[in-house]
Amino acid sequence: MAEATADIAATEVRATPAAAKALSAAQRLALRYFLVAMVLFLVQMVFGLLAGLQFLMPDFLHGALDFNVNRMVHINAMIVWMLYGFIGSIYWLVEDEAGVPLVGIRLAQATFWVLTIAVAVVVIVFLVVQVGPGEMRSIWLINEGREYIEAPRWADIGIVLCMAAFFYNVAATFMKGRWSGISGTLVLDLIALAGLYFAGMFYTTNISVDQYWWWWVVHLWVEATWEVLVGCIMAWGLMKTLGVRRKIVTTWLYIEVALMFGSGILGLGHHYFWIGTPEYWLGIGGFFSALEPIPLVAMVVHAVYDAGRHGFQSNNHPALAWLIAHAFGNFLGAGVWGFIQTLPQINLYTHGTQWTASHGHLAFFGAYATIVVAFVYLALQRWRGDVWMSGGLPDKGRKWKWALALLNVGALGMTIALLIAGYEQSFTERAIGGSTWQAYFAGQTTVWFVQAMYWRMAFGVLMTVGLLLLLWDFLTIGRGETRAAKVVPGDANTR
Amino acid sequence: MSSTPWWAAEDFWRKCAIFVTAFMALVLILLTFHSLAAIQSGAGRVPAYSVINHRIDYRMDSERGYQIPVIGAEAPLFGRKLTDAEAEQLVDLGKLTVQAKNCMNCHTLLGNGAYFAPDLTKSWLDPGWGNEQAREVLMTLFLKDPVANARTFGTGRSMPNMRLTDDEVRGVIAFLKWMSAVDTNGFPRGFEPLPQGGA
Ligand code: HEC
Ligand code: HEM
Ligand code: HEM
Ligand SMILES: [Fe+2]
Repeated sequence: MAEATADIAATEVRATPAAAKALSAAQRLALRYFLVAMVLFLVQMVFGLLAGLQFLMPDFLHGALDFNVNRMVHINAMIVWMLYGFIGSIYWLVEDEAGVPLVGIRLAQATFWVLTIAVAVVVIVFLVVQVGPGEMRSIWLINEGREYIEAPRWADIGIVLCMAAFFYNVAATFMKGRWSGISGTLVLDLIALAGLYFAGMFYTTNISVDQYWWWWVVHLWVEATWEVLVGCIMAWGLMKTLGVRRKIVTTWLYIEVALMFGSGILGLGHHYFWIGTPEYWLGIGGFFSALEPIPLVAMVVHAVYDAGRHGFQSNNHPALAWLIAHAFGNFLGAGVWGFIQTLPQINLYTHGTQWTASHGHLAFFGAYATIVVAFVYLALQRWRGDVWMSGGLPDKGRKWKWALALLNVGALGMTIALLIAGYEQSFTERAIGGSTWQAYFAGQTTVWFVQAMYWRMAFGVLMTVGLLLLLWDFLTIGRGETRAAKVVPGDANTR
Repeated sequence: MSSTPWWAAEDFWRKCAIFVTAFMALVLILLTFHSLAAIQSGAGRVPAYSVINHRIDYRMDSERGYQIPVIGAEAPLFGRKLTDAEAEQLVDLGKLTVQAKNCMNCHTLLGNGAYFAPDLTKSWLDPGWGNEQAREVLMTLFLKDPVANARTFGTGRSMPNMRLTDDEVRGVIAFLKWMSAVDTNGFPRGFEPLPQGGA
């Protein structure tokens, strides 16, 4: 019905509902990645709740499923689901952006299964075998014991091979089709992102050297290459949901890259204050990391300005809402919560306390969970037949709105609770107690710390309810919808 | 084209992005060469593994304005002086055990890891071990059976038994002793080590 009204300019932004019904093979693959991502998101929450509960009930599962195992599954599920979300997003947009079908779809499909089976085996070994004797064999087969990159070495190699295959798919598709500013940035960024993983793939006795390279992976991922990756996804997403002009998003993307890499690469130094590295990192790390919020402000300005300029007239309200949540979450969680502890004079007391956990939660949730959720909404809309997802949904949008509210309020609440805990800890354990064993427990037993641990659980439950609601909405939104997606006129052609 | 000022031009920002990224990466690589040389074991800031043959202290340095590790008189671990190679082997076993047993998802080392249990950077010097004479025995007992030897200070949050072998326990203690001698620019601040050697 609505096809008739779609004019030429609009079809640039939106395919017609009839044509949209058939997803390409690459897009169906993307949906599979999203499915695994969401399952792992749920796994992450469950193990977060278990770990959080052990602060309050230390005997809970003691000796069976200890805190270190729960925490390891919690944070690894997170890293993997976010990477799955990014990979899915890229498989989703690559054909649209390149203008040709994905090159090597068979390889891509095989890679998905290899990667997913490897992930499943790793998680099962984490849960069943858990730890090993102090031998290289344990590092190769069970657990590397390095936060976030615990996956054993065999899995590292598998992951690298899968990433190479993925990279081939993406780069070859752009090479066959056309390049753009977004795709060029994306491909270069993927090279850096994958290359950095090698920095985490070796063993050394020397803990300082170990930590030096470990931070290359962790920091240069989340504060450099992942930021640019989501910058690319965001640029594409703004064109699609709002019809923002390509020239504008591309210019913004370059600005963000310049600011992000300009501050984030040497900002790495904020992790080199206390690990044995020379004193010059106190100055370099403090200075450059203090600049890191600037690109994050730029991203907020960009997203909100664009949304406002288009009168918040999007063809996909939930996706736009989550994109805005991403912009603010990134700024608050990474920019503000990172900044408050990034100067060495402050970090000396907050380093490795619940402050860090506070920042870690809001940053990962705000910057990365949000954008994957936004993208899943974009994909679902196409999948369900390019249907209406603006105002006036059958359930009045209750599910997505409540999910959005519960997840974001939960994340913020948990962050505040952990910040209070962190403050008590840095004050009592660090500043007064001098960080001894006894001082550690003095901090853990202050009234406000203990209360904060309860609040963290309460907000964690809120988030979990929000996630269940979100998954429910994913399963139902757009089902049986007969209206075609709203036509977004856009600034002009987006190509 | 003429309507876009240079500072809003796509081309300008593309060049900017490339130049800035290349420059920052280059600086990081140069600094990395320097830093890695500075943190090799035995290079100064990070001690040689044979430091476990010596007493280690943590004292205020008036010039730098914070506490730094001080390597003192000979005080071999478990009463036996090790060669450089033996010392490295023992510390290596400890490091490998720490990784394989996933200690860092409960503890922090050099402040990195998890926040469920005390930081282990200066564990070797922790006043909780009482004194120099009791330390090795208490540490061994604790690591062999952290449940029976739990302190937990009223929290009930005890460390699970990690089923370390005797060799692994020795290795872990050697590793902790070596790590306590890393120069961490004064982290943790205000840490008062246990009494040693009447010094
Ligand atoms: C499941 C969490 C957990 C894991 C895993 C764990 N620990 Fe602990 N550890 C604790 C807790 C909790 C305490 C405090 C225990 C107490 O006070 O009784 C502790 C205390 C200690 C202490 C004494 C505290 C201090 O400040 O010196 C040492 C040493 C120690 N652990 C070493 C290790 C080593 C080495 C490993 C790995 C082989 C390890 N821990 C694995 C939870 C853990
Ligand atoms: C989306 C981007 C970001 C994410 C996902 C993120 C996440 C994290 C995480 C998980 C940690 C803890 C690492 C550990 O386990 O030891 C951490 C540490 C830290 N982050 Fe971020 N971060 C981001 C951006 C930033 C920014 C922009 C800043 C500074 C302005 C910053 C400053 C810090 C500091 C100083 C630490 C060290 C804390 C400590 O000493 O314990 N982060 N970050
Ligand atoms: C149900 C809600 C959740 C609960 C109860 C929970 C609980 C926990 C706990 C107990 C830890 C260990 C902290 C410590 O070592 O003391 C942790 C770590 C962490 N969690 Fe969660 N979590 C939840 C949700 C999330 C979400 C949604 C994210 C991100 C998307 C996340 C990201 C992280 C990160 C990055 C760390 C490591 C922090 C660091 O090392 O500083 N968590 N979480
Ligand atoms: Fe960082």
